[in-house]
Amino acid sequence: MLGSIYALIALGYTMVYGVLRLINFAHGDVYMVGAYIGLYAAQYLHLQTGEGVLTPPALLLILLIAMAGAAALGFLIERVAYRPLRRAPRLTALITAIGVSMLLEYGGQIVFTTTPRAYPQLAMAEKSRALVLRGVRIDWVDIIILIVAAVLLITLQIIVHRTRPGKAMRAVSFDREAASLMGINTDTIIALTFIIGSAFAGAAGVLVGMRSQSIEPLMGLMAGIKAFVAAVVGGIGSIPGAALGGLVMGVSEEAVHAVYPQLTDAVVFGILILILVLRPRGLLGGPAMEKV
Amino acid sequence: MSRRILAVIAAVGLVGPLVLMGCAKRADVAARNSGVILIGEYDAFHGRTADFGKTTHEGIVLAVDEINGKGLLLGKRVVLKSEDDRGEASEARTAVQKLIDRDGVVAVLGEVASSNTLTAAPVAQSSKIPLITPSSTNPDVTKIGNYIFRVCFTDDFQGAVCATFARDSLKAARSAIFRDVTSDYSKGFARAFESTFQKKGGGIVARSTYTQGDKDFKSQLTAIRSANPDIIFVPGYYGEVSLIAVQARDLGIRVPLLGGDGWDSTSLVPAAGTALEGCYFSTHFSSLDTKPEVARFVKAFRKRYGHDPNALAALGYDAAWILAEAIRRAGSTQGDAIRRQLAATKDFPGVTGRITIDSQRNASKPAVILQIRGTSFVSVASITPRQVK
Amino acid sequence: MKVRDKRRHIPALVWLLSVIPIALVLSATGRYLEGALQGYFFRVLMLSGIAIIAAVSLNVVNGFTGQFSIGHAGFMLVGAYASAGITVFARPHLQLALDAAHVPASVQPPLGFGVALVAAALGAAVAGLVVGLPSLRLRGDYLAIATLGFGEAIRAIFVTIDAVGGASGLHNVPLDTNFVWVFLGVISVIVTARNLALSTHGRALFAIREDELAAQAVGVDTFRYKVLAFVIAAAWAGVAGALLAHLNQGVDPKDYGFMKSVEIVVMVVLGGLGSVTGAVIAAVALTWLPELLRPVQDYRMVLYSVLLILLMLLRPRGLFGRKEFSLGSLFTFRKEAAPPRPGKEAG
Repeated sequence: MLGSIYALIALGYTMVYGVLRLINFAHGDVYMVGAYIGLYAAQYLHLQTGEGVLTPPALLLILLIAMAGAAALGFLIERVAYRPLRRAPRLTALITAIGVSMLLEYGGQIVFTTTPRAYPQLAMAEKSRALVLRGVRIDWVDIIILIVAAVLLITLQIIVHRTRPGKAMRAVSFDREAASLMGINTDTIIALTFIIGSAFAGAAGVLVGMRSQSIEPLMGLMAGIKAFVAAVVGGIGSIPGAALGGLVMGVSEEAVHAVYPQLTDAVVFGILILILVLRPRGLLGGPAMEKV
Repeated sequence: MSRRILAVIAAVGLVGPLVLMGCAKRADVAARNSGVILIGEYDAFHGRTADFGKTTHEGIVLAVDEINGKGLLLGKRVVLKSEDDRGEASEARTAVQKLIDRDGVVAVLGEVASSNTLTAAPVAQSSKIPLITPSSTNPDVTKIGNYIFRVCFTDDFQGAVCATFARDSLKAARSAIFRDVTSDYSKGFARAFESTFQKKGGGIVARSTYTQGDKDFKSQLTAIRSANPDIIFVPGYYGEVSLIAVQARDLGIRVPLLGGDGWDSTSLVPAAGTALEGCYFSTHFSSLDTKPEVARFVKAFRKRYGHDPNALAALGYDAAWILAEAIRRAGSTQGDAIRRQLAATKDFPGVTGRITIDSQRNASKPAVILQIRGTSFVSVASITPRQVK
Repeated sequence: MKVRDKRRHIPALVWLLSVIPIALVLSATGRYLEGALQGYFFRVLMLSGIAIIAAVSLNVVNGFTGQFSIGHAGFMLVGAYASAGITVFARPHLQLALDAAHVPASVQPPLGFGVALVAAALGAAVAGLVVGLPSLRLRGDYLAIATLGFGEAIRAIFVTIDAVGGASGLHNVPLDTNFVWVFLGVISVIVTARNLALSTHGRALFAIREDELAAQAVGVDTFRYKVLAFVIAAAWAGVAGALLAHLNQGVDPKDYGFMKSVEIVVMVVLGGLGSVTGAVIAAVALTWLPELLRPVQDYRMVLYSVLLILLMLLRPRGLFGRKEFSLGSLFTFRKEAAPPRPGKEAG
């Protein structure tokens, strides 16, 4: 269930990397902003009942608003910070990404204040909080997250493989120059990539906020790194890879929690290293080494 | 060629004045400050622990305003100079060094996180400037030197308090301990609890650990459930505690949970729903306390900031006031004089209890036990150092 | 067939012979500065020096060799723990050994610290080997991810070791860092980097940076050179970490994570990838900048990030691009730390 969150965020990383070969460090923070947008939407549109709960349609609404907001932010970042650096050395773009990430985090601490905020919950009776199947307990919240993630993923697959813009995205990620020679407007496609990736991150933000019941400006940091690892594990540049990677990371993290809690982080990164050493392209990725 | 010359000029131009500035003696700085009493504060205003720093700051600022409002201290206004350390140990040390050297403060207040205080305090000690930490609970902090003080109790004490409460008031005989393995605070706290609990005749039936940031505790809780404890001691932070409570209830565990000041947050109950109803935790302060000085403080705080003070704010407030009182008794701003008066603080009527600074420069004071009822924390007991012996 | 450059190496022998007089002069300067400068300035000066060591060492990997390493703080952490381990835990044993060797008591503390520094460099070098061997097989961005992962893994592992303090770190480390050590470290790392750049090894590294496949095609063992650069850089990072630990009198693993690695990478990129001068200047500037921004501290970090973004947008190649400031060769400005024109080479 953690896996689906990672998958959603990982998608954004993988897509951006696919088209730009850029590791967008600010992605984790877009996720955070998405969560806050959802929070403010719920507050200002008075969508909550007295105890701070939402009805399913209200949840859908703030999800959409958050996605739109995050998409707008992603678009803005790409336009202002990354586009001018298309021709610059990759490390430069990376540093800029880090700068944007820091800006969002520290700016967030000023704008949203540092105090964690309570997040609206889905309206549910206490009893039906969870589904119990043969002694195994699954929260409805997690199921919803899984469903939303699956829906978004499938939508993405359809877009990428069945529509023209999707085809264009694949072309650009394969070879940017050739794609533009073919008449594809690379700028638009790249912007589109950012928009979609950020929208997904925004959705993840709202879902996580709901699940952990509180959000704070630095939540994007660790989640971002782990989702990034997930993207790599699954094969960076591959969309089903991001999904698979997310799942793998989520499951392993939860498994390790149960057995050996203090080694969780070490194991998470250990998996990363293992994958990089044994199968650098990730589980589903394309070729990793250049051939002459 | 000219470019190179320009570069050299720029380098000298930048470094030169900096070096010259750096040569200013502390006496000169002190002379600059002769009209005011300058107190330094270092806290995290950005970064991971920014919330802690901010709330402590609120308490300190309120105190400083009140001190100035009551008339001048030694005939001068008290001015607070705050520096941000981003929650990092190295930065904390730099901040304190700057406060002492550049600003010429007569004393320093801060920090919340013990590892930051431990790194920064040696600077104060070697510069012979008193440093008071409002809320660092690691026992090693005050061992750094005779200029380092704390106004909160240590985790050793808190552990004993919880154990005393569990045995004497709750009559618990079997306790499970579920602690945060990534936190030294949790470790020390748990250790103190265990030793006092056993000394008072109780038994620890289960010991389990979790990591900060965890979201799933079912497996550990299942193991705890099978040990059949009367009470579960969770000496961790509110983020995980809320989730632990919810999951424990879901597993059918009905016994109360007990914890410490890491629980003390407005985010504790909203995240737990009814799972923590009736549970207890020890802390420094209760905003519902009816003692006159507490009520007055809470009212003034609410008026100024629009929300209630938490323990950190209260401790910051007390720290600032104790410092001011020490300066007043000392009749001077000399580091040594202040230090001596700080060490002589006895029965100070703080909002976090009657504070006496002991020979180890730690605060000997009572802890309050709060019980969670609905969305409020109700004070049900106050345990003094004598009671835990 | 060695390639001789117009600019000269400073022969090792000259270095060794001048050590003692240099040490004495430095020691005196250091004592003067410590007395004259405010503790605060002195501290920021020390921090700048440490930053220089970290940045110049990373420059060898990211700048000279064109690799993408973003886990450098992990090596600093290894060095910090290794050195602190000696000065905190092994000090009594060390003292016994030094006494037995009839070393005068006044020289013992610095000697002890010297041993600790060597331990730091060695420990970090080993870590560099462990990290480098698997990671350097990977191409650019994958390497970045691997180094990132390793950096975090190193930190995560140390946090679980209670013997060195676990999550709250190691404290009560002696205040061994002083002007002499930092100055020596800075000078050594700059000279080492420079000598490396001028040597045949350096040529190989630059070749790898320019076009790794082509370098392989002409017979350069790229893997070996990459690992070499990586290990050297890691060793220096270890020294920087040790100096930092003994300046703060403690090791707090939280401070040596990804953000720290990022800070160092920023210094290298800002200064210009491949430029030692750039790395030095950027390291100093970025250490002083947050301090200078203190008056606006509410917005300090926000300003810092905005400045960063602006600088990258306006000068993507960094402040110095690939230029170097060359002292040793008669005060002329060189264009690039690159091979001399063909035709001037021997045989």
